[in-house]
Amino acid sequence: MKRRSFLKGTLAGSTVAVAVGAGLLNPRSVLAAWPESAFEAKSVQDAMSSLFGTADNKTSGAIKIKAPDIAENGAVVPVTVTTKMKGVSAIAIIAEKNGTPLAANFELASNAKGTVSTRIKMGKTMDVVAVVKSGGSLHTARKNVKVTIGGCGG
Amino acid sequence: MATSIRIRAKAKGNEVTVKALITHPMETGVRKNKKTGEKIPAHFIQEVKCEHGGKTVVNAQWGPAVSKNPYLSFAFSGAKAGDTVKLSWVDNKGKSDSAEAKVK
Amino acid sequence: MKKLIIAIAALAIAAPLVSQATPQSDLKKMQNHFAKKFPGVKYQDYANGVYALDKGRRIEWEAMEEFPPYEPGVEIGKSLFKKYKVGKCFKNGGIGIKQNYPYYDGKSGKVRTLEGDLMACLKSNGVDTKKEKLKFGKGKFAAIAAYMAYTSRGKTINVKVPGGKATKIYNKGKKFFYAKRGQLNFSCADCHVYNAGVMLRTMLLSTAIGQTTHFPVYRKKWEAGGTSPLHGFGTIQRRYGGCNKMVRAKPLKPKKGKQHTSYVALEYFHTYMSNGLKINAPGVRQ
Repeated sequence: MKRRSFLKGTLAGSTVAVAVGAGLLNPRSVLAAWPESAFEAKSVQDAMSSLFGTADNKTSGAIKIKAPDIAENGAVVPVTVTTKMKGVSAIAIIAEKNGTPLAANFELASNAKGTVSTRIKMGKTMDVVAVVKSGGSLHTARKNVKVTIGGCGG
Repeated sequence: MATSIRIRAKAKGNEVTVKALITHPMETGVRKNKKTGEKIPAHFIQEVKCEHGGKTVVNAQWGPAVSKNPYLSFAFSGAKAGDTVKLSWVDNKGKSDSAEAKVK
Repeated sequence: MKKLIIAIAALAIAAPLVSQATPQSDLKKMQNHFAKKFPGVKYQDYANGVYALDKGRRIEWEAMEEFPPYEPGVEIGKSLFKKYKVGKCFKNGGIGIKQNYPYYDGKSGKVRTLEGDLMACLKSNGVDTKKEKLKFGKGKFAAIAAYMAYTSRGKTINVKVPGGKATKIYNKGKKFFYAKRGQLNFSCADCHVYNAGVMLRTMLLSTAIGQTTHFPVYRKKWEAGGTSPLHGFGTIQRRYGGCNKMVRAKPLKPKKGKQHTSYVALEYFHTYMSNGLKINAPGVRQ
């Protein structure tokens, strides 16, 4: 688990530049806190364990996923995850069949509501998996979204 | 207001809903340049921090699967109309931007 | 009495030579056709295209409208509108005038579209359209057109066909609309009149009525092709080209800095079919 302060505090600007040039730092992760391995994980399970330390989860009916039944365009699919659970510290949105399924993770302070919206890319028909971290454990819900090529794109 | 971030923050009593639209290519690194056939390098926002009263309310960690010209919305309590919310982002190339808006 | 008989006789002879249809009767016919096909749709809702026909699509579209992706582009269009002093060329400084387009210009004997007048305006203002990359249909040009249309939001489309040559051009457009074309041998009407509401490989076919209210459009598909916030924009004639390509007909491109006369005629007829509906451009679409 990377600690947020590590990179920012200990390396001077020029050292970072050298490190990037030498290939020691992957330019994709200038931010130490960005969970690179989670975003590069190739399965829902691996994404969850990389991100949260475990993939153990319980399906929950208290999580609602608002997403189209049939997405009009897989490049921009509006998704909203809402939960009435208390003590939510994170909500992650995972696109099950994307090459790298983890799309986004929202870390929530104690006064943030358990609701987040964004728009994601989906390569084909698949489930959108919402993972809610609450009270130290993971709760999930799924919604199937159909994604197909339009007939008259133009 | 910073050019890449548009914020709308509305209060309903003690609760504020924030909607933001950011202009950014969110390039996956998989797309190819049609003319040259070369892969267009990945260029996407990795973190979006949302602050109120000096505290981070939401910290979003994004991958390239978030859509181009990304949108996000969230809500939090303990704020009211007239307060300021701040949004800032950093992408994988180290570029960043931030903006503030008054809660209406 | 004799005069009356002669007059009536003259009419009786003349009648078969004059088409029974008028733009007004065409519009009524079209409106009745869709009222029968979609009894649940309120007339003004046709301006929302497929989102008036399908609940699921509508919900997705409303989610997009929470913070529409065309907003940054419209702002850029506005700054370009000011930069190139577009207001100088138009009535009311170019603000809130889209609902009167296209119109028949008696002096030139031609129908003018907003985009046609915009291009002419840029050139008369001495703008180097090549250098500035201002081309019909897309990008910066479409963004300016989108801004101008945006300023007409809520205004009712009021296209006029004042007889004579104007009617001829209107009828030319009408003919184009109903004519089969391309390898697939489809007419505009095949998809957008007779098969509106039908799913064509998950593309829901929109009704001809209401199509022009939300142009220029911002399409997710066009947005995906580039990085700038202007990439998603397209004018109606850009879409005509795309639709024609899809039925494997040759798209009619602008020639010598002017839009193709067939598309201008089509746009004249097509927009008339949205008379009475309110402008809600730009619209976000798939």
